[in-house]
Amino acid sequence: MPAVKVPRKSTVIDMTAMTDVAFLLLTFFMLTTKFKPDEPVNINTPSSISQILLPEKDIIQILIAADDKVYFEIDGKFTRIALLERMGEKYQISFTDAEKNAFALIGTIGLPISQLKQYLDLSPDARKKVVPSGIPCDSTRNELGDWVHQARLSNPAFRVAIKGDSEASYTVVKQVIATLQDKKVNKFNFITSQEQPVGD
Amino acid sequence: MAEMVTSDSGGSKKHKKVRGKKLSTRVDFTPMVDLGFLLITFFMLTTTMSKPKTMEINMPVKDKTADSTKIKESTAMTIILSENNRIYYYFGITDPQIEVTNFKPTGIRKILLEKNDPQLIKINSLKKRFNNKEIDEEEFKKELVAIKSDKDALMVLIKADDKAKYRNLVDILDEMNITNIGKYAIVDLAPQELELIQNLKGGSPS
Repeated sequence: MPAVKVPRKSTVIDMTAMTDVAFLLLTFFMLTTKFKPDEPVNINTPSSISQILLPEKDIIQILIAADDKVYFEIDGKFTRIALLERMGEKYQISFTDAEKNAFALIGTIGLPISQLKQYLDLSPDARKKVVPSGIPCDSTRNELGDWVHQARLSNPAFRVAIKGDSEASYTVVKQVIATLQDKKVNKFNFITSQEQPVGD
Repeated sequence: MAEMVTSDSGGSKKHKKVRGKKLSTRVDFTPMVDLGFLLITFFMLTTTMSKPKTMEINMPVKDKTADSTKIKESTAMTIILSENNRIYYYFGITDPQIEVTNFKPTGIRKILLEKNDPQLIKINSLKKRFNNKEIDEEEFKKELVAIKSDKDALMVLIKADDKAKYRNLVDILDEMNITNIGKYAIVDLAPQELELIQNLKGGSPS
């Protein structure tokens, strides 16, 4: 009597279902992802126990780097173009359409307005090599105040958020806060990161 | 490619007629899965899942700060932030007795908790009532605000000298939240206070 033949089973697994799962997850991540904005400086925010989340839109960010340079950041392509036109009017600098479009795409502003036109004329690669000198915000030339003021004129719903490096000196923070108060911005946010449970 | 066609192998010999070989319509999906997961990994790593947290600050309107709020001598406490994460503090207004502390839980937090004790007892009993569902959330919040802004509650004036860091400011605001102090303000440093600190530094170098 011949031995019972065990029917040979195919070792192939149908991968279709797995592909479905993989691409479903891929779609999810692609839709939810938001790329880290390209910032000219690395800022380590101090940690706090605060649990309030930052609003998603209508935010003006003022960045204070560890070397006490101040940067300005604002969302929205059309807001940015409108803002540049207003600032140009104020400082009597006329920007071409190409410069306006370039301005709409750059991330963070870290230059005095007098150097901005020159900077926007550069190619994107050359722009990366420019070392930003920060926006002047002392009492003699307070361009930061103008940026904030003009931005809020175009959209009063904008909230101001200060993102400072933990090593930034208090003098600059005080100056920025005084500038904001000057422009009647008395409510603003400090951006912090989640407190790490450290036992010290 | 990976499909083994076993059923046809025996049958084809019986037929004399040569037929076009039946090709399998199956496609191997394994590389596609690989690609899918590779992209998933990429997106998972680049995505910023944790949104930044913020703390809200309300500053008084600048024009009429001068003496719109009088501070009671008995409730006032001044905290001066200085270099190397040092904190100087004193109670009252007219007769400052400056002392030094730091940001450790045994430092400034302990002092604030002690000073804010009457309010903390009230807050705790309020929380207990809320947990036992004696009051609803709306009432709880209203009472909490009332306790925090009580006229006898501790009023903290936060000042900083030029050598303080931004982190110190955030840390001290954090301590205000931890110790449930509702009344605090960020104020400019007065010259005589700076002098007092300088004297203290000269007297006991650390």
